[in-house]
Amino acid sequence: MTTIQLDHVSRWFGNVVAVNDITVDVGPGVTGLLGPNGAGKSTLINMMAGFLAPSAGSVTLDGSPVWRNESVYREIGIVPEREAMYDFLTGRQFVVANAELHGLGAAEAQRALALVEMEHAQDRKIGTYSKGMRQRVKMASALVHDPSVLLLDEPFNGMDPRQRMQLMDVLRRMGDEGRTVLFSSHILEEVEQVASHIEVVVAGRHAASGDFRSIRRLMTDRPHRYLVRSSDDRALAAALIADPSTSGIEVDAAEDALVIQAADFGRFTELLPKVAREHGIRLYTVSPSDESLESVFSYLVAA
Amino acid sequence: MFTVFHPTVARLTYRALLGRRRALVLGILPSLLVLIAVAVRLLADGDPRSSTDVLGRFALAAMVPIIGVIAGTGAIGPEIDDGSVMYLLAKPVQRRTVLLTKLVVAIAVTMVFSAVPTLIAALILVGTADGIAVAYTVAALVASVAYASLFLMLGTLTRHAVVVGLVYTLIWETLLGSYVAGARSLSVQQWALAVGGDLAEGKLITSEVDMGTGAVLLTVVTVVATWYGVRRLRSLTPATEE
Repeated sequence: MTTIQLDHVSRWFGNVVAVNDITVDVGPGVTGLLGPNGAGKSTLINMMAGFLAPSAGSVTLDGSPVWRNESVYREIGIVPEREAMYDFLTGRQFVVANAELHGLGAAEAQRALALVEMEHAQDRKIGTYSKGMRQRVKMASALVHDPSVLLLDEPFNGMDPRQRMQLMDVLRRMGDEGRTVLFSSHILEEVEQVASHIEVVVAGRHAASGDFRSIRRLMTDRPHRYLVRSSDDRALAAALIADPSTSGIEVDAAEDALVIQAADFGRFTELLPKVAREHGIRLYTVSPSDESLESVFSYLVAA
Repeated sequence: MFTVFHPTVARLTYRALLGRRRALVLGILPSLLVLIAVAVRLLADGDPRSSTDVLGRFALAAMVPIIGVIAGTGAIGPEIDDGSVMYLLAKPVQRRTVLLTKLVVAIAVTMVFSAVPTLIAALILVGTADGIAVAYTVAALVASVAYASLFLMLGTLTRHAVVVGLVYTLIWETLLGSYVAGARSLSVQQWALAVGGDLAEGKLITSEVDMGTGAVLLTVVTVVATWYGVRRLRSLTPATEE
């Protein structure tokens, strides 16, 4: 049982507050750290990883401080977001070097490479790897000492769907084994597929916490706004407003488009194409106008 | 448990340092020195003035510090810059072990690429006469230690370590050193010459400072730079993209 405790943690850079008074316990199982870009996720992970001192508050691993304490790395494995690793080494040489730095050897390195299914390319130079392969070798380097805590910063970035699934499997397995796994992401779908528990961070603040169902509900139940262009905007507007899933429509003359407020997200997305077909209207543009993560998350914060 | 040297850190460091391109850059100046030595030997045939000029003005004043800049900053700067140093730091290895190991590698590389060619060039120019070869080689060796630690520290301090290092070397040690007496007595090069020059016969090799002062100042620079480098590495934080 290993728990990372953040107790009233803040971190500021000059007069920019990156993390603002966050208190959270990260325990065994998979936890997703969700938030838009720039929310302070990396800063939080860096503090949990002992790479950054909190400006206020404390970060501890089972009671011992993480900052300036090299011994915590016996328990923690870290998968950084940045791509750079020793490109002139082969995957195997890199993982072996990581094992040696833990006082381990080639056998442990081989086990870690097998775990991420990278044995087939282990003797190629890292410089020749695809993004997904790099990610897996990074994973192997973090798992080589069988850590009880695994921290991953945006691990799914740039991975193709198959690699994503593979990594998700590995993370789920780690969580099931009772390890404390925390990964950050700005994509809800990613987080809800793996994480049993979600912490949402917005603009440096702890916005929500819970299992994915409650977070999902918070996120999808809000009113959605769409920008729609069609062959006959006014006819489309008239047909849509008849249905209760639409709560408001505005004709935006400047944009030459409709701005539609949908009250029921699920029903509206089915309604729109159906209505358009029934009335012989062609849809040119359908784009969520406030689907930016910032607006989704700021809705969450306000909720 | 505290160890000075971690073989894995050393292996990663020297492999990064002696990567193909960097090894090429490191090899240029020493090759040039040996070529010049051969040319001077053939044209001026052992004239002591031209020989000490080559060794003093080119080898000691320019080549040793430039090699020191490349090896010293290169032993840690690129890793900090691209973030890969985090793989070393996220390990149960003390950060001063990481820094001291990198220092050992930087010193060794600087010595191999500067003191060894200095010795070869000196032997070509003057043979074993008057202890000149030994004197310049010792000067290059002690200068390697000071430069490597100085520029390694610089590598932990700024991402522009190479530029800062070269500016310091070329402007302070070489240019100002030729005109301003005060700048001369405050330079690693002069201190190293003071230590090495003592081994040559007579007053063939002179320095602005005496041998004792030179030795003390070299030690102080090395120790302070190393201490500060460790301090920097202990509180090194990754450059976040946020």
